[in-house]
This record gives sequence, structure tokens and C-alpha cells, in this order.
Amino acid sequence: MNIERRYIRKGSLETLYEKIKANSITVVGPSARNGKLSFRKIENFKEIATDYIQTIQSSKDTAFPRTEKILDYSKNADGISVRGTDLNGIPEIVLWGVRPCDSMGAGELSAIFNWDFKDEIYNTRLTHITVLAFSCSKADEYCFCTSVGGNPGNTEGSDILITRAGENGDFLAEIITEKGLKLVSMASELFEKDGNIDKAKYLAEVPVRFDREQISLKLDKLFENDQWVEQSLKCLGCGACAYVCPTCACFDIQDEAHGRSGSRVRCWDSCGYSHFTIHTSGHNPREVQSQRWRQRIMHKFSYMPDRLSVYGCTGCGRCSRACPADMNILEQLISIQEAAV
Amino acid sequence: MTDNIYMPYLMKVDKITWEAPGVKTFLLKFVNEGDQDNFNFKAGQFGEYSVYGAGESTFCIASSPTRKGYIECTFRQAGKVTNALSGCEEGSIVGFRGPYGNIFPIGEWKGKNLLFIAGGIALPPMRCVIWNALDLRENFKNVTIIYGARSVNDLVYKYELENWQRRKDVKLITTVDPGGESPDWKGEIGFVPTIVEKAAPSSDNTIAIVCGPPVMIKYTFPVLAKLGFADENVYTTLENRMKCGFGKCGRCNVGKVYVCKDGPVFTLAQLKELPDEY
Repeated sequence: MNIERRYIRKGSLETLYEKIKANSITVVGPSARNGKLSFRKIENFKEIATDYIQTIQSSKDTAFPRTEKILDYSKNADGISVRGTDLNGIPEIVLWGVRPCDSMGAGELSAIFNWDFKDEIYNTRLTHITVLAFSCSKADEYCFCTSVGGNPGNTEGSDILITRAGENGDFLAEIITEKGLKLVSMASELFEKDGNIDKAKYLAEVPVRFDREQISLKLDKLFENDQWVEQSLKCLGCGACAYVCPTCACFDIQDEAHGRSGSRVRCWDSCGYSHFTIHTSGHNPREVQSQRWRQRIMHKFSYMPDRLSVYGCTGCGRCSRACPADMNILEQLISIQEAAV
Repeated sequence: MTDNIYMPYLMKVDKITWEAPGVKTFLLKFVNEGDQDNFNFKAGQFGEYSVYGAGESTFCIASSPTRKGYIECTFRQAGKVTNALSGCEEGSIVGFRGPYGNIFPIGEWKGKNLLFIAGGIALPPMRCVIWNALDLRENFKNVTIIYGARSVNDLVYKYELENWQRRKDVKLITTVDPGGESPDWKGEIGFVPTIVEKAAPSSDNTIAIVCGPPVMIKYTFPVLAKLGFADENVYTTLENRMKCGFGKCGRCNVGKVYVCKDGPVFTLAQLKELPDEY
């Protein structure tokens, strides 16, 4: 559908929130607890943060929870009974206040979860999420969405994009999808005719720092290169970068047993961990951290574009903000672009 | 099956065969007949075998697709899941997801000689294609199997080795590492690459299928090259660690390749294109 532009007045967002709640739909939004801003289930409109650049965690766990039960089993005298996840039990969610870089990340995750076998648990969760994104009026030195195909007012992956427009606190609402229209229909009186708002005027400036296609081409020739050792010398292998990333999808499958019953779960993992690839024999194809760091960069900027036609990075900058050793992916990508091959 | 791609078939352990210290073969039958009817696989494919409560583990299907109504797997008791599997009895219920991965292109090998070279616990991933070929024996010319293990005790499928030994249409050479022989051992003594060199099978119109521990593979490939085998005619099957089996969990990447999707079967020519990450 064509994007529909509407105008919402200050104060109307709270009314919209109440209408959503009145429809018994869960709202997940950015909310601070102990000074840490993350996406949480919102019980009161006032909990929703409004002044932030980025949450610590991305919003990916609404569709790809860090621990997803894939089946339950119970053993009894007659044998065993196994039940798969009940897809009907997946709740409707309005994902409130994500940034365009997180909305875009859903497309990249979808590529992974659907390129061959279709992961219907992920897909069902995604179908039940309506993304009410907010464009960015501020950015910091870690942000680089414009280098990876995004921008602070990007509509890709969102159902509605809200842009704070004007000093009086009114908003531009861009309704992007049918799901967005459905949300609007809950409170259509709040969405007035657009008064010709110049959206670009209200967006943060994020300079383009590199060309991702150039990087992809460079990486084809950089598998064997000392740069990986230099770049990863500081890496502790803690996996924080993967856990905060909106597009990292590597996972583990584990059983959790409680006596005679239990469940099998799909849980987040990271290619940065030494045990990620280790064989039972002890042989490890990625034995040292530089190989694991190379895998991370290669997977996002070479393998994914090559195999899935998407890049595994939305430029949110969370990995650099979260890194305890102060590794900065933006600097590293720039040095890859500049590498002599 | 449901839409849930992680949901295993329920399988009954119908028969357990002790192969070697810590190594067992399970013959598995589908608990639900409907699953059996809809199940098809080809030689070279693998699956995720699970014990509920312990988790999943990846092995090839060791039986031939020509043998219907069951699948077999052979595993060494080594980690959490294989220990739990090892604790199963005949009649136990386990899980199986699959088949996954690509295949040995046995249809393209019609009219050719087949040379199988295996080491230790790596005979199972080759057994499917050996029996597949032997069950369609008229399609192939000479069939040679060279199989070695550390010791006589470590040889798996001993009953089948005897069968292949007796058959006039199979040439079997068995070997054990020096020091691994028993007093009554009648086979060769020496490492697999050495024995391959000694046997000097002809590369003319021959497909070689090699599977074994990394060190065996490493020293066997040059021997095959010396015998005149083109890289396109040498096949192997890779075993990287896997979780999902269908190109999502991110574990088995070797460069751009997913071993679980593009493999596990590769020609030596394909392997040479891959970075050294397996």
C-alpha cells in the first residue's frame, strides 16, 4: 500500500495507548528500570521512555525470544508424549517506540528464519506484532544506519512511523502497512490530515561512513588477513555484541529436564563463544578469537548478502556501546573498507 | 508433521547392536505409521537424534535408503546426548528430525568403479552409500572397500565386514594401526593412507569416497592424487557441529557454505574452494 501521512496532536499518543490496551493488546515499549532502558511490557503509559537514542537491548526478542520453547515432553508408563509449541497461544503485541534500525532488523531475521525451512514459531510471533516505530531526532557517534541502507526516518519494517514534528510536541504519523491501518482504526479520530510537515527537518543527521557493498567485495579477498587478529586482540569473547544485536540469530537447542517431564528450547547463542563450534572430539574449526571475530563480520557483510540478499547489520551501534573492551564495529568496518588487498 | 520444524519424529529403538567399545548401532522404527509412509531420504543425508531431557545430536543416517521401514544410526558414546542414547534400551523412545543435507550423487556413478576408504567411526556415514551401491550392484563395476581402525576391537560393523569379505563382487581390505592387531588378525597392518598406496586402486573410471578422522583424510587425499584421481571424482562428507540442521543456527558455516545445507557431501574440488574452517 502507499504510505498514508497523518498528523497527531501532543497528548493523543496517550489516548492511542489507552485504546490499544482497551483492546486487550499487550504493549511492549522502551522503559527504564534501575537506570537501564530496555523493551518491556508496559502497564502504564508513563513508563514509556520518550527521550532516548537507543535501548540497551534491541526489540528482536518479541519475535525471537532469548529462550523459545519448541516442545514439551512428559514420560509416563506408556512411553512418552510430546507437544509442540502452541502457536495459538502467541499474544498480539504492539511494539511501541522502536527505532527504524530495529524495525529493519526484523527483515533480516526473517530472511534467516525463512530462506529454506520456514520457522513458523518465529513467523507467527512476527505476524502478531504491530510495529509502532519512532524516527530518530537524535543520534550519537555509534549510530551508522545511513551506511547500511537505513536512515533516521526509514519506514522499512515498521507498520506506523511516528516523527516528532514541531516545537509544540505534535507528531507526523506515517501509516505504512495494513497492520498499521488496523491500529489506526482503533482511534481514527486522533489521526488528522497531514499539515504538510517537512519530515526531514526533524530527523537526526547521521553521516554516511562507509559503503557496505564495497565492504562486501573487500571481504571476499580478506579471509586470510592479519587484520582479524589486530581487530580482535581486545575481544573477550563475552558475546554481548550478539545479545544486543537486532539481527544476530545464532541459536542453540537445549533440553531442560524437570524429573520425568521437561521442554526443548531454542535459545540465543553467539559465534563469539569458543564452544560454539567445538566438536565432541575437542577439534574446534574456529579455535581462536580472531577466527570468531572474522566469522561475525563475514557473516553479516559477506555471507548474508551473498546467500540471503540482506546485510546482517542495521547500524544501530549497540554492539559498540555494549562492548566491555570498547571494540567499535564502525571503526573496524571503516578499516576494512580502507584495507589494501 | 506439524508446522514446527523443530519437532522430531518419535522413534522406537527396535534393535541395539554393540559395535566396538563405546560404539553402538540403533535400528529405529517410526512410532507413527503415517510418519514412516511419508519418510524418504537418500544416501549421505543426516539427522538430529534426541533423547528427551538430554538434547539432540547430529549423525548421518547409516542405513541404506534401499532398506525400507527403518533407519539406523551408529554413534560413539562421547558427550551428553550420546551418553543418554547409550543408556537407551530396546523399546526406548527417542526423537529424530531429518533427513537434512545433500546426497552422494550415486545416480551419476552408474557404470563406474567405486572405491570406499574409511577410518574408524567414519565407516557409518559411508555405510549408507556402500549398501545403496551393493543393493544396486549391477549399476557399478568394481567395488573396493578399504577400511581401517586403531585396533581390531575398534572396527565397526564386524559382521558386515565378514559379509563383504565373502562376497565375490566386493574387494575388501581391512587394516589396523601398527600395534592394534590381535594374534589372529589376518588383515593388513598400517595406517589407511599407506594401505591405500599399497593397494594402488586404479583411478580409471573410478569414484573415490573417503571418510575418516581429519588426519586420515589429510594424508589420503595426496595418495589419491598420486594415483591419478581428479578432485571432482573424490567425495567426502564433513561433520561440523550443528544444532538446527537447516541453515539457521549459524554453527556449521565454512566460509559462505553451510555444511548442513550445501553439504555434508563435498567433492575434493569443492573442499579446495573452502577456507580451512572445518
